[in-house]
Amino acid sequence: MSHIQSKPAGNLSGVTGNILSSDTFGAEQTADAPFGHALVRAGEQNQRIVGLTADLGKYTDIHLFAQRFPERFFQIGMAEQNLIGVAAGLARTGFIPFATTYCVFATRRAYDFIAIGAALGSANVKIIAGLPGLTTGYGGTHQGIEDLALMRSIPNLTVIDPCDATELTQAVPVIAEHPGPVYMRLLRGQVPVSLDPGSYQFEIGKAKLLCEGSDVAIISTGLMTARALKAVDQLASQGMKAALLHVSTLKPFDVESVLSLLKRIPRVVTAENHFINGGLASAVADAVVDGGLKVSLRRIGIPNVFCDSGSIPYLVKRYKLDTESIAAAALELVEEQSSK
Amino acid sequence: MSRASTPETVSKVQSLEQRALSLRRHVLRMAERVGQGYVGQGLGIADLLAVLYFGEMNYDPSNQTWPDRDRFILSIGHYSIGLYAALAEAGVIEIEELDTYGADESRLEMSGSEITPGFEMTGGSLGHGLGQAVGMALGLRLDQKQARIFNLLSDGELQEGSTWEAAMAASHYHLDGLFAFIDCNNQQADGPPAKVLSVEPVHEKWRAFGWDTQRVDGNNIQALLSALDQAKTVRGKPHAIVLDTLMGKGVRSFEQREKNHFIRVDANEWSTLREQLESTQSDGERIP
Repeated sequence: MSHIQSKPAGNLSGVTGNILSSDTFGAEQTADAPFGHALVRAGEQNQRIVGLTADLGKYTDIHLFAQRFPERFFQIGMAEQNLIGVAAGLARTGFIPFATTYCVFATRRAYDFIAIGAALGSANVKIIAGLPGLTTGYGGTHQGIEDLALMRSIPNLTVIDPCDATELTQAVPVIAEHPGPVYMRLLRGQVPVSLDPGSYQFEIGKAKLLCEGSDVAIISTGLMTARALKAVDQLASQGMKAALLHVSTLKPFDVESVLSLLKRIPRVVTAENHFINGGLASAVADAVVDGGLKVSLRRIGIPNVFCDSGSIPYLVKRYKLDTESIAAAALELVEEQSSK
Repeated sequence: MSRASTPETVSKVQSLEQRALSLRRHVLRMAERVGQGYVGQGLGIADLLAVLYFGEMNYDPSNQTWPDRDRFILSIGHYSIGLYAALAEAGVIEIEELDTYGADESRLEMSGSEITPGFEMTGGSLGHGLGQAVGMALGLRLDQKQARIFNLLSDGELQEGSTWEAAMAASHYHLDGLFAFIDCNNQQADGPPAKVLSVEPVHEKWRAFGWDTQRVDGNNIQALLSALDQAKTVRGKPHAIVLDTLMGKGVRSFEQREKNHFIRVDANEWSTLREQLESTQSDGERIP
């Protein structure tokens, strides 16, 4: 057992957080269970939508759909392989199954079932996966830190990391109407509202330029876009204009928007609530190389480690997923450029 | 309960035995072309496929998307050689296409997938079939359709835990339109399950999971028909019919091989094998 490094006892005076607390990341405005409510509305419009979960109904907000449409909801129990298998079978009889669990269980436990059961034949399965990245204080067992890398590698699968309640709400009816398998990360419970529902419009496969700028580019996905928006403000207060491109669809990846931005501003910070390998940063790097661009790239994200458990604010700082880290990386790129 | 031996049932059994013989001929034809394949499985399961495709299932060979069709779910993709034979015999695919089995650019893959007409899903990564069968049964029930699901699994496949996840769900949801056939041919890739990882007592496991369960000789058409009749009288439970089958059934050399999970045969031996199939059928010999 010599290869396992045990952790030293913690410093009790340093205990600051509760790992079970729901963290809304200091958002001024939140929405309650946006996915659950959006799925109920979609279910009212479209009788073919059905719901499934693997013993995480209350924890993925799909209990709202179960209460509204009990006959169209299937509790599968703690059996994620079967969750995806049953969903694929329902899809093959013409239904639109939304299957919920956590990122880790869907992607690690049921990978073969997503790849072969759902994706190979483009079965119309929607996998909705909670606790993306560092949104839980539980450690390696529960933190979905490599799910985007795993899912991006599956052919035919659409992969979405929504920013906030606005985008989740908009995405539900869109992916229900989109034929084929979809993997979407879920933010649950009280979810921050960062994007203006009046002006933001989610589209599968389309990145959205949220801020115009010329000094540095930030490309972000998922909840990191909320932090990137704040980083843009911080940079502005220091006289720097940052462009911000929000990429909620990791696959198919909007290469065109990325290249068009980076041709103008060849300095980019990527920000993702995920490993820096295999997710957004890798997709940007692929696009840059294939597009023949020369770009300076700083990657904000989790290094290839299993993360600690702890309170979410602690984890976000510990792994540098905070607004300050995005702003600092952007600043570094600008200073590097001006010193050339 | 067994079917009374009226002239009508006797002729039905005889007609299905002829279909099974025809399927076995197709299996040999496919394997001879390519010199190899999962011949033992194809021959061993021919009786069940004859019963289902020519005595039990409602389907339209010219319309694979008919919503009311009974569905056959091949979980064990490598048994595709048997299903291709049945689909060709039923007119879903052309008999001539059988000559492309396992060839480059063919849609008749050694391990079958949903690219082939008549394949409802992609098996072969074992442990997928029953879960999808459960989903289809739930979907059909939601649509208030009477169509049924017939899923073929194997003894070795029972080592995949996902099969048991699905078995629990089928029982929980009382899916009595779901029929699972478990082919116990006592061979998996590394040898007999008793040596690889014991799966017996198979029927007791299914019964313990809440399924209506029978165990029959899977190479006896009459026994298969009777088992189906019996299963259809049971409501509120999914049905497991455990089949004891002989790999290579009908071709003595294959029946007697110790290792017949995947078979390669030299080109000059096929005529002997074909003769064995025809002579076994003509004298009605049953090899124990």
